[in-house]
Amino acid sequence: MFQPRNAIEDPRIVRIGAVAIAALFIALNLVLPLLVVFSEALSSGLHAALEALKDPDAWSAIRLTLLVAAIAVPANLIFGLAASWAITKFDFMGKSLLVTLIDIPFSVSPVVSGLIYVLMFGMQGWLGPWLRDHDIRIIFALPGIVLATIFVTFPFVARELIPLMSDQGRDEEEAAVSLGASGLSTFWRVTLPNIKWGLLYGVLLCNARAMGEFGAVSVVSGHIRGLTNTMPLHVEVLYNDYQYVGAFVVASLLALLALVTLLVKSFLEWRYADEIAAAHRH
Amino acid sequence: MSSIGIPARTTTFRKPSALPGFLPTFAFTIFYLSVVVLIPLAALVIRPWSLGVTGFIAAVTAPRVLAALELSFGAAAIAAVVNTVFGFIVAWVLVRYRFPFKRLIDALVDLPFALPTAVAGIALATLYSQKGWVGAPLSQLGLKIAYTPLGVVVALTFIGLPFVVRTLQPVLADLGLDAEEAAATLGATRFQTFRRVVLPALSPALLTGAALAFARAVGEYGSVIFIAGNLPMISEIAPLLIVIKLEQFDYAGAAAVGLVMLSASFLVLLALNAVQALMLARR
Repeated sequence: MFQPRNAIEDPRIVRIGAVAIAALFIALNLVLPLLVVFSEALSSGLHAALEALKDPDAWSAIRLTLLVAAIAVPANLIFGLAASWAITKFDFMGKSLLVTLIDIPFSVSPVVSGLIYVLMFGMQGWLGPWLRDHDIRIIFALPGIVLATIFVTFPFVARELIPLMSDQGRDEEEAAVSLGASGLSTFWRVTLPNIKWGLLYGVLLCNARAMGEFGAVSVVSGHIRGLTNTMPLHVEVLYNDYQYVGAFVVASLLALLALVTLLVKSFLEWRYADEIAAAHRH
Repeated sequence: MSSIGIPARTTTFRKPSALPGFLPTFAFTIFYLSVVVLIPLAALVIRPWSLGVTGFIAAVTAPRVLAALELSFGAAAIAAVVNTVFGFIVAWVLVRYRFPFKRLIDALVDLPFALPTAVAGIALATLYSQKGWVGAPLSQLGLKIAYTPLGVVVALTFIGLPFVVRTLQPVLADLGLDAEEAAATLGATRFQTFRRVVLPALSPALLTGAALAFARAVGEYGSVIFIAGNLPMISEIAPLLIVIKLEQFDYAGAAAVGLVMLSASFLVLLALNAVQALMLARR
């Protein structure tokens, strides 16, 4: 296992040392925090953990998180498909600028991502007075939470599909159209089968972030218990109330979601490596 | 663009194509991008100036704001350096060596991307508190991490690692062994080869990874606020200050701090592009 093979192999001691340092760093920095979540959730026994799950506020937080993801993920999915079709199947001016603009949300702080919607729709925001006169609530209500979630997950699907579809070129679609297929049936029968695993990969990452987002949602939610608290926000409320078991029980649900996401992600990268975008940088 | 004999049109917005659907998909893309991203960001750029130029400068140079910005940028820089060192070792080991549980470790690197930041936050705060698994032995040694600026560095180190590893991995894999073999044939020791051949080839990727980790860490909120203690002037990060200003309905002040942070992270990415272009030009 640690046998040198040729002149450019590192000395055995370097290799063992490097593997040990890497493993130790990962264990201390990544694995321990994960273990603490489950250990604290079960610190008063399984029964107490299950009791904590019966809290109606926890349930409404779970429902809200699922609802927000059910709106935000399809919205970004449709956007990702439209954007990557326009960008990869056509040549037009300003294309690289458009690709750059799509990536912007990844370099914006989560708190700033929430802040921009407060500046738009908050009481003292641009549209605040008009919204108040028409009795429409966006901030401290579901629409604001959905908007902030859409913003932070905005690039996931598009940035997965753009490199993939750009590698695949246009020949197959052009052949289908020249044989008389309509645009939609070309998309359904030619493009979609080619990109389905990449699409799933993008949706998977988009969903994980949508369900786990904290900073952006925290700014626009108002933290109204049982009403505008998503799961991550409910974790914060319980933790600050010193209800540690409850906080860590909800947190372990989110941690399980993260683990399942990683598992499916690794599987897709291993099984369908050729059918998802080559360079995976998030 | 133009066929022979037909004079080229000087400007066409779009090349002709046999495929349908450009107009609806392009129009929807621009509409959605504008409504969700561009117009709200414009609000961030415009709002702070309602304070006037002097008011804006006063807002972002208040001692509490400066202390928060200093902590956010300083801690992010330290965490980026730590992650560059360990991220390099992790990436090197994953690309070059074979060892047990390699696939598991590779998958775990992405944990900070997948784990919600609030979950990471309460886990780190518990782990490093005085009664925690790591905090207790450290406090025996007189080292306090949770509820101090050190806690901020710990949290930012947690979230930054995958940026360095995932940037380095493909570059290391593509590097090829030819140059290293040539160096070895010419009598270089392994360390000389590493320093003179490997490290220069990797430095653009190392820099990119560090900058991405830094940019992410500057704006990080969820994983930090639980472990930081959040004392004004000492352990209060800039994103938290934005939240506090919003709670006091100081929209313009919050936007001013937000604009400074946004400009700073764009400057980092811009500087990164410039340095990379320089490095490529020099080669």
